[in-house]
Amino acid sequence: MTKPPLLSVEDLEVRYRVTSGWFGGADVHAVNGVSFSVAEGETVGIVGESGCGKTTLGQAILGLTDISAGAIKLRGTERDRARRTQLQIIFQDPQSSLDPRLPVWRLITEPLHIRGGYTRKQLIGRATELAVSVGLRPEHVDRYPHEFSGGQRQRIAIARALAVEPALLVLDEPTSALDVSVQAQIVNLLLSLQAERKLSYVLISHDVSLVRHVADRVAVMYLGQIVEEGPTLDVLDAPRHPYTKTLLDAVPSFDRPLTSIAPRAGELPSNRTLPTGCFFRERCPSATTGCELPQVLAPADGLRTVRCHLVTRANDTAVPRTVPRPVFSSPNDAIA
Amino acid sequence: MTEPSGDVLLEITDLSLEFRTYRGPIKALNGVSLNVRAGEIVGIVGESGCGKSVTMMAATRLLPKGSAHITGGGIRLFGNDPMTLSERELQHVRGRLVSTIFQEPMNALNPTRRIGEQIVEVIRRHQRLDNAAATSKASGLLRDMLISEPERIMQAYPFELSGGMRQRVLIAMAFSCEPKLIIADEPTTALDVTVQALILGLIKHKAMSTGTAVVFISHDMAVVSQLCDRLYVLYAGRVAEAGTTASVLAAPAHPYTRALIRCLPGLAPPKQPLEQIPGTLPDLLDPPAGCLFRARCREANDRCVSVPPLAAMEPARRAACWRRIEETQAA
Repeated sequence: MTKPPLLSVEDLEVRYRVTSGWFGGADVHAVNGVSFSVAEGETVGIVGESGCGKTTLGQAILGLTDISAGAIKLRGTERDRARRTQLQIIFQDPQSSLDPRLPVWRLITEPLHIRGGYTRKQLIGRATELAVSVGLRPEHVDRYPHEFSGGQRQRIAIARALAVEPALLVLDEPTSALDVSVQAQIVNLLLSLQAERKLSYVLISHDVSLVRHVADRVAVMYLGQIVEEGPTLDVLDAPRHPYTKTLLDAVPSFDRPLTSIAPRAGELPSNRTLPTGCFFRERCPSATTGCELPQVLAPADGLRTVRCHLVTRANDTAVPRTVPRPVFSSPNDAIA
Repeated sequence: MTEPSGDVLLEITDLSLEFRTYRGPIKALNGVSLNVRAGEIVGIVGESGCGKSVTMMAATRLLPKGSAHITGGGIRLFGNDPMTLSERELQHVRGRLVSTIFQEPMNALNPTRRIGEQIVEVIRRHQRLDNAAATSKASGLLRDMLISEPERIMQAYPFELSGGMRQRVLIAMAFSCEPKLIIADEPTTALDVTVQALILGLIKHKAMSTGTAVVFISHDMAVVSQLCDRLYVLYAGRVAEAGTTASVLAAPAHPYTRALIRCLPGLAPPKQPLEQIPGTLPDLLDPPAGCLFRARCREANDRCVSVPPLAAMEPARRAACWRRIEETQAA
């Protein structure tokens, strides 16, 4: 038998009880049966629009939100409290994820402080080590978060996550709050940390080009389900699911003119009462008979799985997008 | 530089502006020059704090009176200096000639009043129309924004609508008085990409069909490249580079523009380190002398200790960089 993957998420469901209105509450179906796995040293990207459940999924992996059904396993066994330190998270906004009243050394070693058994001197020493490893200077550990720029704060958050030597980091929109020049610094840091420490990442982002750059595999989410999953370049260069195509066509890009007004670019249906059949049916340009049935994530070509009966049953060759996206070596080629 | 023909609607010359704070004046703008002609779509790009919003807010006199002080240069908006206009004249300019679309549509709408009332109010304030005519005009505008049931939306309150829907309402409102110029300040930053694509398409289509000029403020190079005819790249309150979108993106002249384009993840081969801009933005409380990008620039030399002018390059381009100026002179 092969070695179990580092992280496996099996049929995960997360429902939130919303208590509003006069007649009791309704459930928000945030995650509806998600399964995927992450191997050691691998990066899995999760893309989708706001409200598709990607952040809830990340929080559920960490145990920050209760799961309604399904399982999250670490190296083949259910993750328990003791082994949660193997999993750490980087949040989107380093402004609100760092306690403004704590000096940096205390922030970075907060996880060790909770674990206990370290002297103050040991903690400061470890904090300095970690600070240097994420590109801060040793003297920075005595300062407070407000003295740092957004990019530096995100470095502090990364150092804190690394304090307990995790095996996997959930990166929840790690660069969305940052300017592009700073985004590049953080992306480079994450790539080099991964190479040094054999870290696995679950990268949650709405930024397709970031996911394309960093992830080995990508899962596209729609209304709490994975609609397409596979090797990053396969999925992003030749998407098979109609939603993946819609999403990628909308991504602004240098090499493509503005697509003519896309009437399909609607909004997600309500996740209070889930649609029957295919969740994407109402917005789907190729909706037909058969779409009123629930769709399953089934293997398509290669290593890819797609939740669309039109793709998985008629297993024809991949249809590339209207303009295939070339890989540019310099921005000069981008316009030619 | 070959400028597109047409009347100049907005001309900003060497504008300097500071915010007086208890820590001292923050020099937000350090000599911004730009112009916008009738019917064109102009992009203003730059990172946070580069002065893109402040420039356009100064042009429409939306900055708080007490803290913002213009310390040099001038603004001509439809031939007038907005700083000398009376409140009444200013209302006319802001309603009929210029309108602004802001980033966060929830904050721009009154949460206690129905959508329809708010659009009708704007229309009737600036145009001689009765209630029925204004209402039918409002629903026509919403229909132009691909809203399928405008009557239902007009009965709704802002909280009942999604972000994309609210932004479409605001765009309809911005176009309602047939202004000559629309300032769109990051109108799609808070939205998802599919909704963003729709909104950009709507803005472009409506602007082209009505001949309205648009100033599109954004931090996203790719969005600007899809929408704008010309662009200005701002850095630390100064124009680093200006020119037609295609020419700037094809061969950026200023080292900052080059770096800004190259650090985008979409353009590098996967998993390879991205090009990064070393250092951070200069402290605008005490900006360094000379070129403001000097400390982060790979090409900096002795000449960069003096401020480079925004010099014309060929063709259709201007850049504020001594290196490029030297190269142009040598050629």
